[in-house]
Amino acid sequence: MLKSSIGKKSNKVKNTIERGAVRKFAEAINDPDPIYLDETAGANSRYKRNIAPPTFPVTFDAGTIPDMNLPAKGLIHGEQIYHYKRPLYVGEDVYCWMEVKDYYEKSGNFGDMGFLVVGKYGEDEDGTLLFTEERIVIINEAARKEMVG
Amino acid sequence: MSRLADLQVGESLAPVQLNPVGRLDLIKYAGASGDFNPIHTIDEEAENAGLPGIIAHGMWTMGNLATLFTPYMEEGFIQDYSIRFKGMVFLGDVVTLRAKVAEKQPQQVKFSVGAVNQHGKNVLQGDLVFSL
Repeated sequence: MLKSSIGKKSNKVKNTIERGAVRKFAEAINDPDPIYLDETAGANSRYKRNIAPPTFPVTFDAGTIPDMNLPAKGLIHGEQIYHYKRPLYVGEDVYCWMEVKDYYEKSGNFGDMGFLVVGKYGEDEDGTLLFTEERIVIINEAARKEMVG
Repeated sequence: MSRLADLQVGESLAPVQLNPVGRLDLIKYAGASGDFNPIHTIDEEAENAGLPGIIAHGMWTMGNLATLFTPYMEEGFIQDYSIRFKGMVFLGDVVTLRAKVAEKQPQQVKFSVGAVNQHGKNVLQGDLVFSL
């Protein structure tokens, strides 16, 4: 049933990179650097403004992929891949959507595992791509059975 | 602190050892990231999921690892950052973050990056391309 989700996409959602959210995030990853938090430091930087940490897009709402209900349990985060055109700026709007890029199964030490590859994309308001994120989620056999049932 | 552009292949950034992972660290990350999966914050839920205890969000460790590059943001930015989550991080674990130059080109430096726990076991591993 996950195989049939390949190619399905979510609708774009507008996300505004809020200063307070960046502060909380930077502090949570032990990185309260002035380049993220201090307006003067940002203005004096090569970016002329504050930027967001590179893993900040985990906070973005990218909508929901139709007809895909993943189990709450039995999911393992296998891989995470970011590609950036430039850093994201504090205060800017990023339009995000997701796509199921692939799904495959492999047998391993822990039985058959499912691998779900989900892409997340962030664009500016002109539709220019700013970053991509790819996440590989591993779904164990028990969790997949739960989905069928 | 030397510039990233001056590093040669095989050289490393100074490793960073984090404080032992505390419950509050994970509660803060849950709130900041919006990932409220209870296996990261509630003991019973972690045990119900078959884990020996609550585990850190993989993205918490990945986020921490990227901080090795924050002091160099005036030189460029992280263009590519890919991580494989290799092992779980538990409460009390002491994680050390590392980055080593793997390849160098005029406009970019590629690093092998990773995080190990106090037993020297890889908890995550990957590559990072810093665009100059």
